[in-house]
Amino acid sequence: MNSDSSQMRILLAEDDEDDRLFFNDAINELKMNNRLMTFKDGRDLMDYLENPETTLLPHILFLDLNMPCKTGAECLKEIRANPKFKDLTIAIYSTSSSEKDIEETFIGGANIYIKKPNDFSKLKKVIKDVVNMNWQYHTSGLNKETFFLSI
Amino acid sequence: MKLYVKYDINLACRIIVQEQLERLGIKYELLEFGEIEISDSVSDESFTELQYSLERYGIEIINNQKSQLVQRIKDTIIEMIYEKDKLPTSTISNYLADKLNLSYGYIANVFSEYTYTSIENFIIIQKIERAKKLIVEDGLTLTEVSYKLNYSSVAYLSAQFKKVTGLTPSMFKRIVDRRRNLNQ
Repeated sequence: MNSDSSQMRILLAEDDEDDRLFFNDAINELKMNNRLMTFKDGRDLMDYLENPETTLLPHILFLDLNMPCKTGAECLKEIRANPKFKDLTIAIYSTSSSEKDIEETFIGGANIYIKKPNDFSKLKKVIKDVVNMNWQYHTSGLNKETFFLSI
Repeated sequence: MKLYVKYDINLACRIIVQEQLERLGIKYELLEFGEIEISDSVSDESFTELQYSLERYGIEIINNQKSQLVQRIKDTIIEMIYEKDKLPTSTISNYLADKLNLSYGYIANVFSEYTYTSIENFIIIQKIERAKKLIVEDGLTLTEVSYKLNYSSVAYLSAQFKKVTGLTPSMFKRIVDRRRNLNQ
């Protein structure tokens, strides 16, 4: 019930530096209080998540599928195999919009599938919509097990 | 004689909060960083009592009237969606204004200020959440769901489901089923 409880903790794993900066801009425009941490690849991300000193888990993780060292798909698998992260919302970024890819990603444990738009202003809106929807799940006790959003 | 003690403030506070909640018979779950999830509704008397008993230890319930109003709005909407006979005959805005004895303009402003979404959107999210439950847990068909949730047609329910989740109801059901099979 202190200020931390109303802060949305957001993680981003993305290897492209421009995309990270852009994402940061989009997040800064959100009205809600938030804290964003970014990682340059999947290994970096997993090192952080699995570190015993990381006690304050994030509310939502944005995961790029194509990353060096460890891909987004590998991270998704490892995270979902660990019950510690069962309340963590995972949003996957991808360029594919095939229904089969989308379905398989959800079955693999993702909650949100984002088809990366080409245009920056559209991507900004998508990020806002996703964070907002996750906020509703986080603050209204909605069921995360049936939380799927394809956008 | 002088004794020296070392104490863990965090642990002490958690135990005090737990003891007081248990004494008042309030069902709860302690979350991280001073958040407490109360599963049942708590009467005004118990709430005051809890507030008072925690105050003695210097523990304060952060009690903001606006955020309490938001909770009441949410509770009223959820009750409305889950109990069909509670569906108002008037418009939802009149119903909320009457029930909470405040102007709808004020209610809507406070709601969006705290939740970052509109009342209308919140209602849609909650209805779709209920539709998901009816599909997954009760195995109802879309026709049955649309009747139960007062949709004018199945097509309208499908369209709204797709708008909120990005998925058709049948794709949603397939994903849930396949996920369950994997976990078994």
